[in-house]
Amino acid sequence: MRPGGKENFNISILWNAGAGPADAAVRPLCIGKEDDVNIVACVKQVPDTEAMIKVKPDGSGIDEAGIKWVMNPYDEFGVEEALKLKEKQGGDVTIVSLGPARAMETIRTALAMGADKGIHINDPALEGADAYVTASALAAAIKAIPHDIIFCGQRAIDDDSGQVGSVLAEMLGLPSVTIVTKADIEGGAIKVIKPIEGAQLLIESSLPCVVTAQKGLNEPRYASLPGIMKAKKKPVDVKDAAALGVSAEVKAKVAKFVPPPARPPGKIVCGDDPAAKAAELGRLLREEAKVI
Amino acid sequence: MAKGVWIVAEQRDGAYRKISFELASTARKLADQLGEEVCAVLLGSGIEGIAGELGKYGVDKVYVADDAALEPYTTDAHATAVAKIVKENDPSILLLGASVQGKDLSARLVGKLATGMATDCTDVKIDGGKLVAFRPMYAGKCFGEVTVASTPQMASLRPNVFSIVETAKAGEVVKFDAGLDASQIKTKVLEVQKDTSGKVDLTEANIIVSGGRGMKGPENYNIIEELADVLGATVGASRAAVDAGWRPQSDQVGQTGKIVSPNLYIACGISGAIQHLAGMSSSKYIVAINKDNEAPIFTKADYGVVDDLFKVVPEFTQVCKKLLA
Ligand SMILES: Cc1cc2nc3c(=O)[nH]c(=O)nc-3n(C[C@H](O)[C@H](O)[C@H](O)COP(=O)(O)OP(=O)(O)OC[C@H]3O[C@@H](n4cnc5c(N)ncnc54)[C@H](O)[C@@H]3O)c2cc1C
Repeated sequence: MRPGGKENFNISILWNAGAGPADAAVRPLCIGKEDDVNIVACVKQVPDTEAMIKVKPDGSGIDEAGIKWVMNPYDEFGVEEALKLKEKQGGDVTIVSLGPARAMETIRTALAMGADKGIHINDPALEGADAYVTASALAAAIKAIPHDIIFCGQRAIDDDSGQVGSVLAEMLGLPSVTIVTKADIEGGAIKVIKPIEGAQLLIESSLPCVVTAQKGLNEPRYASLPGIMKAKKKPVDVKDAAALGVSAEVKAKVAKFVPPPARPPGKIVCGDDPAAKAAELGRLLREEAKVI
Repeated sequence: MAKGVWIVAEQRDGAYRKISFELASTARKLADQLGEEVCAVLLGSGIEGIAGELGKYGVDKVYVADDAALEPYTTDAHATAVAKIVKENDPSILLLGASVQGKDLSARLVGKLATGMATDCTDVKIDGGKLVAFRPMYAGKCFGEVTVASTPQMASLRPNVFSIVETAKAGEVVKFDAGLDASQIKTKVLEVQKDTSGKVDLTEANIIVSGGRGMKGPENYNIIEELADVLGATVGASRAAVDAGWRPQSDQVGQTGKIVSPNLYIACGISGAIQHLAGMSSSKYIVAINKDNEAPIFTKADYGVVDDLFKVVPEFTQVCKKLLA
């Protein structure tokens, strides 16, 4: 309905429309060339958000016993966006993940959602990789395949470091648009919405580029049963650090893991009368905490 | 050898963001321990006039690039300019804010400067001449002490956590050329839509009043808003309230929302799921108002009221009105 090219961008289309599939269907996509789009989505396997995290007694890491592993929730938004783009535009989606053997489950989950193939970077030497090493490994794998657009989660909820997408973009010599809640590709460029403190920005970037996904971008689909069956037969390449030619030497190191600082035990305001409790709460905040 | 503690100051529309003063004060503390200088980088257009102000917070020297291509902020332009001046001067420590802009810029700089960074730190110190950064990981379920082997040792600081301290220093302004060439800039800000509420953003708010599923519907948030108005607070929400469509996404506090550290966080009708706690447990004081005395929010609360929020909150608003009158 909106041909690509010179027309003025109507921001309300991005801002006012829902992210749902119905809205998406009326927006034709044109990446500026005839070929299919080569889409990459990076995923990381992380502990489930509900997981209890226990630090090992020697502070060298966390105790992984009993943890349920899932796809990083922000990466799910990235995979979903990749699949939506493929469905509208044609093309294929490659999943790239760095992680130990168990990370294969997460790659299979993305394949079951509809991605086409995977690259699993698995090397014990890369355990404890920081953002720089992780991005180097991902960059080396991605350089070797065609890539028009790369989706990452805006951060992984295990180390919460939020760097990999941007460092990856730098290493690939590509622009990056980070923490985005809407994305629309048209005429060889991408337009995204990025919330900042007290405002929203509409940003345009040339392609190829790296996009990091924030909650709100879309509603990730669940893998269907046939999807899960098909995923088992989809190709996944396994590579180690040597094959990619990357150094495992980290720049930032977690020298020690510690439990969170304890909060002093709280006070419960007692009584039967809501008004009296409200008054006592006010007094405590005023006189004891001195915050109001 | 690398020397000096550097910060990247953040301004918007020609005014400093509060995080800039938090960064300057923290850098001063570190630099005093090292016996080194504090330098700031300030980028933008028409901002030279405000550069010297940083001297008040302990900055010795402010490197300013005043260039139309630096306004508004784009990742490419700012990262290129900061990387250039940093490479020329080789500081040992580089601090940025973990604000939306700071997160974007700092991560890109990690790539450009081929170094390491501790993100969203809640404490930093010097140990054996090196930076040790303390930061929440796994949504605050554990913390890591991070060291960086390369230079500059980078850290981004969580907004609203570090105190602002005035220490008069020269704040000498040194102009530099950002060295930008248009072909390097591949992103462009087409439009800015400002939030017209005039409220302080959740990440910078001193006081937050948040409502969850216990609010029962969007129409009931007026009682939260009234309390927030009296306290000069910003309104937040749990994901349950956002997913129900009662509140906008920008109000969500938690692991998949905003990470906030106000002086006072008042949770009304919020159970305190681990993903919510992840976003607010670094608040200085936490108040929970919830009718279920077993709600996990009470394990983090400094002050708890077990009762119906529809009775307590309006009463509490009246109490605050009187206290603040
Ligand atoms: C991957 C993932 C990410 C997530 N990210 C986030 C996130 O960023 N932020 C977030 O908040 N959640 C997040 N969640 C959701 C989280 O698990 C909870 O579902 C959510 O926080 C619950 O919101 P709530 O406390 O408002 O609702 P509930 O858990 O339903 O709690 C409502 C509370 O209100 C109380 N209540 C009810 N009526 C009254 C009354 N009249 N007076 C007083 N109290 C009353 C109840 O006792 C109850 O404790 C995430 C979940 C997942 C799986």
